[in-house]
Amino acid sequence: MTTETMFGRAIKRREDPRLITGRGNYVDDVKLPGMQRVFFVRSPHAHARIVSIDTAAAEAHPGVMKVFTAKNLPATPVPCGVTIPNIGQKTPGYTMIASDRVRYVGQIVAAVVASDLGTARDAAEKINVEYETLPVVVDAEKATEDGAPLVHDEIANNTSFVWRLDGGDIDAAFGEADVVVKQRLVNQRLIPNAIEPRAVVGRFDRVTGEMTLWDTNQNPHIIRLLISLLTGLPESKLRVIAPDVGGGFGSKIFLYAEQLLVTAIAQDLQVPIKWAESRSENYLSTAHGRDHITYAEMAFKKDGKLLGLKVKTYANMGAYLSTFAPLIPTNLYGTLLSGVYDLPALSCEVHGVLTNTVPVDAYRGAGRPEASYLLERLMDLAATELGIDPAEIRRRNFIKGEFPHRVITGMNYDSGDYEGNLNKALQQFDYTGWRAKQAEARARGKYIGIGLGCYIEACGIAPSKIVGTVWGGGVGLWESSTIRFHPTGKVTIYTGAHSHGQGHETTFSQLAADALGVPFENIEIVHGDTGQVQFGMGTYGSRSLAVGGTSIVKSAEKLIEKGKKIAAHLLEANPADIEFKSGNFSVKGSPDRSKSIGEVALAAYVPHNYPDDLEPGFEAQTFHDPSNFTFPAGTYMAVVEVDPETGKVTPLAFYCMDDCGNVLNPLIAEGQVHGGVAQGIGQALYEYAVYDENGQLVTGTMMDYAVPKASQVPPVTTGFAPVPSPSNPMGVKGIGEAGTIGSTPAIANAVMDALSPMGIRHIDLPLTPQNVWKAIQGK
Amino acid sequence: MTTITVTVNGKSYTRDVEPRTLLVHFLREHLNLTGTHIGCDTSQCGACVVHIDGKSAKSCTVLAVQADGASVTTIEGLAENGTLHPLQEGFWEKHGLQCGFCTPGMIMSAADLLAQNPNPSEEEIRHGLEGNLCRCTGYENIVRAVRYAAEKMRAEQPA
Repeated sequence: MTTETMFGRAIKRREDPRLITGRGNYVDDVKLPGMQRVFFVRSPHAHARIVSIDTAAAEAHPGVMKVFTAKNLPATPVPCGVTIPNIGQKTPGYTMIASDRVRYVGQIVAAVVASDLGTARDAAEKINVEYETLPVVVDAEKATEDGAPLVHDEIANNTSFVWRLDGGDIDAAFGEADVVVKQRLVNQRLIPNAIEPRAVVGRFDRVTGEMTLWDTNQNPHIIRLLISLLTGLPESKLRVIAPDVGGGFGSKIFLYAEQLLVTAIAQDLQVPIKWAESRSENYLSTAHGRDHITYAEMAFKKDGKLLGLKVKTYANMGAYLSTFAPLIPTNLYGTLLSGVYDLPALSCEVHGVLTNTVPVDAYRGAGRPEASYLLERLMDLAATELGIDPAEIRRRNFIKGEFPHRVITGMNYDSGDYEGNLNKALQQFDYTGWRAKQAEARARGKYIGIGLGCYIEACGIAPSKIVGTVWGGGVGLWESSTIRFHPTGKVTIYTGAHSHGQGHETTFSQLAADALGVPFENIEIVHGDTGQVQFGMGTYGSRSLAVGGTSIVKSAEKLIEKGKKIAAHLLEANPADIEFKSGNFSVKGSPDRSKSIGEVALAAYVPHNYPDDLEPGFEAQTFHDPSNFTFPAGTYMAVVEVDPETGKVTPLAFYCMDDCGNVLNPLIAEGQVHGGVAQGIGQALYEYAVYDENGQLVTGTMMDYAVPKASQVPPVTTGFAPVPSPSNPMGVKGIGEAGTIGSTPAIANAVMDALSPMGIRHIDLPLTPQNVWKAIQGK
Repeated sequence: MTTITVTVNGKSYTRDVEPRTLLVHFLREHLNLTGTHIGCDTSQCGACVVHIDGKSAKSCTVLAVQADGASVTTIEGLAENGTLHPLQEGFWEKHGLQCGFCTPGMIMSAADLLAQNPNPSEEEIRHGLEGNLCRCTGYENIVRAVRYAAEKMRAEQPA
């Protein structure tokens, strides 16, 4: 039996048939006998003391099973899983249901359980909560000023932490500079907007004492671990299932109040409970992303040589620290501030600030888009100031030479060819051609802009030694797999990674088909169920293939090692003489003496003719912890047109050149780039989660928050320039977040390039018609 | 409670519903047709698009009682005799979906678009799908999927 190599092939997805026919199984599709609905009553105030809660009328409402408040529920904490060492991080207390004080609009104060959602909502309207409002602060920079309202009385200046990263001689760097470019940059707050809102179904089995949670989640084992730690429910009695999940983009990593509440309520009432949020609720409760105010200065020599970077960032953390929140504006941001450039000196200071807003945590890219935007805007500002072409100034500063390459932030870049990547990008884009078209358009009074953005990201988020200790993750971030080779030749692979759109059922099957030499169709991938999968860290940080995929390859290697011993016995040969190729074990030099892996598997389960010193069964497991991150990088090019009368920006073309390492499935890799680019363009042009000064979310529905539509995104041309990673056997790096990280600065730079004849050097995001028009009018 | 009779995917259903029941809830909760999704509460996202008497509609903006006597097609009813609709095929061929949550509504909207315009340009496709939000694909492959289906449908049914 031989199979064609699957690696690198654009295989159509195996998950699609169920999803295109309406047979997907998302959490809100789960229906259980006797299931009740829970509706959460949320604070309408951004900051208030709870004086009293009167639930009597709601309890009397027909169809209501029970009303919960902090009085009849445990004060289970909603934890922050990260304490960054040595910075005195202050983590405010946060419980799943507020008892005496609320700190953001949307915080849960009561829960109503009823036979259906309509009834629960009707009853919730009858709950009377008396609030005494308190002063509000929503802006991270203002929140640190003396006299600002305190979100938590015990946390001075609302500052949870100040994190520093320094390297090189920053004073000398700025001392010898010919030019220093300075800019205040707002990286605005975003709402992740997975199209499937969050949902949780909880079922407590009173006979077995087992709690099952169906959860819209990216990492069900982490959720099980945290709930188990917090509630005392043993992991053996707690099963978390993340079935088909409708997008995550980071927002479904976290343990929120709702998972804990559904667990507690299902346990209390001993009936199945469903919570499914509305979109408006999602905006008020699901973690937001970004929200930085940054003062940045970059020092250069006249010839464009970069000397140093000073950064002071106010990162808005929201009212409480979400599960992984402190990592995002620190170790996923500051450590990426060298970009693809040779940076001799860095001074970075990040203030993690608490405000009366929804907690902020990882959103696609998570820290890396903020770093990339900062670097690429400043690089363009410097290019303008120094009169050097934007491509040329980058070329003069790229990291060149040997890899791995340790940069001043401490990161050790695995492999890359940044200048080669730029060259390929310029060629694919036809940079000279576009510059000529731009000159011609300008002569006709048209404002066409060309923007360039280079990015680098740390992906394959895992090395436990770094994440768990240096970063303060407190947990290791490896990934596991089990390959169960059944006696009939079928294979089940249990992976701890989780697909919520990434297509692991397809790509992981491709990997395993190559490694085991079995047909793709004979492989089944199981993920997202703690009742089936050994353990797992889930999917985020573009880690699934680099970490989870490597784990599968290693499990396959173990299986083949065992298979060689079985085959040697069956073939009456020495195990050292057995070769494995394309699904067959054969004796070196006599290819006709062979056993297929299927025959070996059968022998392993029916071991009547079997080596004495070997266990029966044909299964292998690996917990893989890599030694380093992977470092995808790339160059993105954008063309936009700005209408000077209205300020409207129209993106005309977008070109990507990504080094994500070797590409396992080009169809899927390209799709990841497309989607990432659309989200990055969303940040550049359309999206902004706006709070007013009272802490009300002004962009509270999809009517007000501009998720890009099909007509607002340009055609995207992708290109891949792989420089294989040495960190894993496949040479892969990761592609999940690249599009989001690289596209925002490319578009922003293109808009500034279009407006440069007007003398406009910077406009904060998003570059909406209003913001652009105002800037034009101000000139 | 009001009694309604609705034909869904060719099968007639008579049910008692609360007058406030939305068509999307009727389909999902009463008929267990969970292929039609709910992604927002302001009729922006289009995950709930179905066909009512052959025309696309956001089933979150229609009351179940308004569909009384109507014929509704959902994503579950789009494939005929086990053969995928050209749009379903196109979405599969061109990787027009990732998480799949917006996909049923996207396909139902695209079907109506192609019924009205069998040969849409890229711009017309992008404009025609403005009522459907996708957060995964960046729309590029959705456009390719719709073009694939348009070509296939034109080839099957020459004008």
